[in-house]
Amino acid sequence: MKLYNEETIKKKIKSLAHKLYKKHKKDLNNLVFIGIKRRGITLAQRIKKELEKLAKLEIPIGALDITFYRDDLQLVAPAPVVRGSEINFSLQDKIVILVDDVIYTGRTVRAALSEILDYGRPKKIELLVLVDRNFRELPIQPDYVGFKLKVKKTDLIDVFLKEEDKKEGIYLEKR
Amino acid sequence: MKHLLSIDDLGIKDIYKIFEYAFQFEEVLKRPIPIVPTFKGKTIVTLFYEPSTRTQTSFTLAAKRLSCDVINFSFATSSILKGESLLDTIKTISAMKVDGIIVRHFSSGVPHFLAKKLVKKNIFVINAGDGTNEHPTQALLDGYTVYKKFKKIKDLKILIVGDIKHSRVAHSDILLFKKLGAKVFISCPHQFLPIDFENMGVCYLKEFKKELPNFDCVITLRVQKERHNLNYLSSMREYHYLYGISKKDLEKMKKEALLMHPGPVNWGWELADDVIDEERCVILEQVFNGVAVRMAIIFLLLQEKV
Repeated sequence: MKLYNEETIKKKIKSLAHKLYKKHKKDLNNLVFIGIKRRGITLAQRIKKELEKLAKLEIPIGALDITFYRDDLQLVAPAPVVRGSEINFSLQDKIVILVDDVIYTGRTVRAALSEILDYGRPKKIELLVLVDRNFRELPIQPDYVGFKLKVKKTDLIDVFLKEEDKKEGIYLEKR
Repeated sequence: MKHLLSIDDLGIKDIYKIFEYAFQFEEVLKRPIPIVPTFKGKTIVTLFYEPSTRTQTSFTLAAKRLSCDVINFSFATSSILKGESLLDTIKTISAMKVDGIIVRHFSSGVPHFLAKKLVKKNIFVINAGDGTNEHPTQALLDGYTVYKKFKKIKDLKILIVGDIKHSRVAHSDILLFKKLGAKVFISCPHQFLPIDFENMGVCYLKEFKKELPNFDCVITLRVQKERHNLNYLSSMREYHYLYGISKKDLEKMKKEALLMHPGPVNWGWELADDVIDEERCVILEQVFNGVAVRMAIIFLLLQEKV
């Protein structure tokens, strides 16, 4: 079942960029984006584009692959595809906006936080997600949320983005 | 992959998978904190019955960079000197509930024997060099070094020079490069030529110096003075003249060609001491790549061990 279409996502991304702009007006030049592979990066790129229109300066962007930081690696067989992290700038004293498509259990974000801290000591890390769904397993909450959904534990939320999936929308799959 | 005993056990896909992971781990090694928490709580034993600096250090570092605990077990300080048999040693170690054993032994076949004995234990074995048989991780890091440079291995011309007969590095290198489609040439004094070289699918060159401009990679091997008395060889100068690489020889090689050596080098024998600083001589790159390749191997062995 399709919950949101391309147009709605586009509007939401604009409004998220506005929220970021309002909150960080004074420290925009200290801001960096880090997207969690893969859709987190696509989203981060879109928000970066919107924010740069407002801020009129370039904001660095990096990519995180959390495979080596997962707590369920041994449950994933065969070996997962690793795409590698690419953060080509220092995170020392930066304000990191961590971006992912969906937050669910919080374990991915936990892994991402550990990995970011191995790259340096940012001043602050904030979490931005397109979809916040219930049933967290760790005490981790996002700072910016696109859509907040209350679904059943067994339900599946899929985010498809044109750049990755050739179609776009947020879908609910009943199981 | 359950163990890594021989290059023969690996398919082409497995080898490229190791390369792919090694590339990712190289990035990890360049981070401000070059360690990932992947295998917290896993324990690996290095069991070395032969002296080694780089291989044991490289494995130890690789395992630690993956957050494994590592116990180094060396011949000189162990109960082996009290007469403990290999089988007893391995039973003792496996009773301590370790997850993997990295073994080097002066006898060929020891890693295979251990793997057989550990079959029900869910403990992996990596062959870190067994007698004159094989040294698969060295071949994998050699292959990775070449692959990184040329982005392919198929149809490259690889020359291996030196003590082919007694060199486990040569045996594993030949298996690996042939498997990946390279053309492999060997050159050595007659007494270092394996009896069965005709079955190895390599091309033997009595002299290679004139053909140096044709090769993409030249792998020189260590003269293993400890394995045979020096009556095998006439003199350092003669060996170096015929089978060693001097700066002049290096200059004859292609601009993008690689000169490699598994180390440790007998300077003046296999290599003249002025080649180390040359760009084409990638011995220290091999050492760096070795850590990343060994991380990839340990990763794949531990990850698939559910």
